[in-house]
Amino acid sequence: MPGFWINMGPQHPMTHGLWNMKVQVDGETITDARPEIGYLHRGYEKIMEVREFQKNVVLTDRLCYVSSITWSHAYCLAVEKMMGIEVPVRGQWIRVVSLELQRIASHLMWLASYGPDLGFLTGLLWALRERELFLDLIQLMSGARMNQNYPRVGGVRNDLPENFAAMCQRSIEHFLLKMEEYEKVFHDSKVFHMRTEGVGLLSAADAINWGVTGPNLRACGVNVDLRRLDPYETYEEVDFEPQVWHDGGAGDSYARFVVRFNELRESCKIVLQALEKMPKAGAYRAKPPRRAEGEGYAKTEDSRGEALFYVIGDGDDRPYRVKIRSPVFSTMAATPLILRGNKLADVVAILGSVDVCVGEMDK
Amino acid sequence: MSAPLIPNLFDVCKVLTGAIVWVVQQIIYAVAVLIPPLRGLGDWLGSDPVITILTWLIAVTVIVVWATLVNLLTMMWVERKLYSRLQDRYGIMISIWSLPFWPFNRVRRPTHRGTGYLQNVADGVKLLQKENITPRNADAAMFHISPVLIASSTLMIFAALPWSSGFYVANLPLGILFILAAFSLAPLGILIAGWSANNKYTLVGGLRAAAMLMAYEIPMILAVIALVFFTGSLDPIEIVRQQDRVLFALGPIGIPAWYAFTPQFLGFLVFSVAMMAEMERIPFDIPEAEAELVEGWTTEYSGMRFGLVFGFKWLRMIAGAALIAILYLGGWSGPVFATLDVGGIPVPILPEEVWFLLKIYLISAVFVWISWSVPRVRIDQILNIGWKRLIPYSLLAILVAAGFRVLG
Repeated sequence: MPGFWINMGPQHPMTHGLWNMKVQVDGETITDARPEIGYLHRGYEKIMEVREFQKNVVLTDRLCYVSSITWSHAYCLAVEKMMGIEVPVRGQWIRVVSLELQRIASHLMWLASYGPDLGFLTGLLWALRERELFLDLIQLMSGARMNQNYPRVGGVRNDLPENFAAMCQRSIEHFLLKMEEYEKVFHDSKVFHMRTEGVGLLSAADAINWGVTGPNLRACGVNVDLRRLDPYETYEEVDFEPQVWHDGGAGDSYARFVVRFNELRESCKIVLQALEKMPKAGAYRAKPPRRAEGEGYAKTEDSRGEALFYVIGDGDDRPYRVKIRSPVFSTMAATPLILRGNKLADVVAILGSVDVCVGEMDK
Repeated sequence: MSAPLIPNLFDVCKVLTGAIVWVVQQIIYAVAVLIPPLRGLGDWLGSDPVITILTWLIAVTVIVVWATLVNLLTMMWVERKLYSRLQDRYGIMISIWSLPFWPFNRVRRPTHRGTGYLQNVADGVKLLQKENITPRNADAAMFHISPVLIASSTLMIFAALPWSSGFYVANLPLGILFILAAFSLAPLGILIAGWSANNKYTLVGGLRAAAMLMAYEIPMILAVIALVFFTGSLDPIEIVRQQDRVLFALGPIGIPAWYAFTPQFLGFLVFSVAMMAEMERIPFDIPEAEAELVEGWTTEYSGMRFGLVFGFKWLRMIAGAALIAILYLGGWSGPVFATLDVGGIPVPILPEEVWFLLKIYLISAVFVWISWSVPRVRIDQILNIGWKRLIPYSLLAILVAAGFRVLG
């Protein structure tokens, strides 16, 4: 049946958001795939042109609803570069803490959805249980579980609450214990290795050519982490190891899993270090000008790859033009390449390991 | 080493039927005073063939109603509660406390703090109220036949499956063969359902079921063949009777001569794994892989048809666990310590039916435990497991069994 197209979406129960993966199958083997995106297109770049710089943070929060702070932060960084203002040191450290907490929450959401993708529903509930720890921390810090509206142009909205370092310490200690449980249930599972190893291969050259970034690129063995290569905020003062897959068999689902999984630990390390190294008091926000002219661009290491914001101001109090570069959008272009030759049962498993967020993909 | 609660289901039912028929007969005779020809009807009703037929009907009803309603509900409840606790949540909670007309203890026990036993009843009632949708381009006749085929073939298993040495409908000399044959009818229904619904997801699911069938049916039957070398019989009651003795004594504890503790251990493992595939439990539930195939071959079913094809999975689970218990784990024979010695006569503490159900639920709990802690395998991997692992192992089990048989 070479001409047999199956729609995986848009109403498929296991698509992570509203999009459609059309796969052509021959028996059980995938011969071709075509992603159809745009179901969630909200015209972000245009809407942002009619809102003031500061108010756009509300929008960028909703670009990716499981990783709000990282996206708002990328936008704020671009606007700050355009305006030429400097964030106070304590503000930068608070941003690092919030970014890494958000990264952990986002990766746990990915881990949670990766379980049912492989038919392992227990993983969903376990990972969501630990995600609550970090959502609680984020809520303490910013006041909201999702769509926090926390980073501001010039800093962050509010200072850290009292005793925040101790609370982080406690949650992370508990979380690291639970990570061992995850390792037992994922790494030590023979069936999990069967489902992920050698599946969904992506070579490093292909990944670079198609613009795949972030953990997916590092899983191919390419050491690219913008927190190291092009440090923003105070990342150069933090001691951490970018997670890269070195053990051969690069670019399969298992490598992507391990890279993301280990990033959870690295992020915990960064949070603890940042809380220790940050100045204990001081300003956390600089006052931005209301109007600005010029252009600024910032690229950050988002939970899913390289997030890029390019903002032009024409002297008004709102941007003249905003360009968003979404990592998932580029990764999605490479998915037919990853999927071809695999089995139908692996479509969801591979796309789950790639970590799709439709909000940022469709903008 | 224990006795059944009901020495012979047929005899018990015959007494019951006789009593009912006697009452009806007396009424008819009373009426026959006015209408004399009715007296012949009363005599006919009391004749032995009629009572025998009525007894069969009642016996079958007892087995089927007991098996379907009570054990099906309990098994669903056990599974849903058990995997909820594995996932660190309470699970289903609707129970008799939640009923709107339940007058007692409403304050102390709010509606959502029950044990959850009635949740499956509520789900069933909900499914009964739903519309039965037939897809426009479906092959309607086949689409409607398939749930019937699956449900009836599953119930057929229980016709030959004894619940104790006295509690059974039919004691077939080839009972195990009949049960295995009835088991393997359902994938045919799955294939029909997948094809007739005219949906790509169901089609893939149905064809997967057909491809899987070969991979696990053959090792399962080969494992049973290895067992037959030892038992020399396919009669479940005879097989259990052979296991009802002490293999050797380990201090004060006598190890029973269950076939899982003999050289049949390999066959036991193969049979259990294959049975897991037969039950469509999670590592092997690829015809219904909800990750990629929406709901697999059941996608297009709605209402109580979906309830039938979905709920009968648990009946098959009961039957599969019962089969494992009968063949390898001593069936309804209880452990030795559970027998009291009263003046030289062994008196069982628990009747056979209770032991049997305990074993069934224990085996099922292990299956639930396994299936909610591993991901699902792929179709090519289950074919590999079946053809490259299970079949050689089951052949090895046959070799071992034959060797032990020859050497004594």
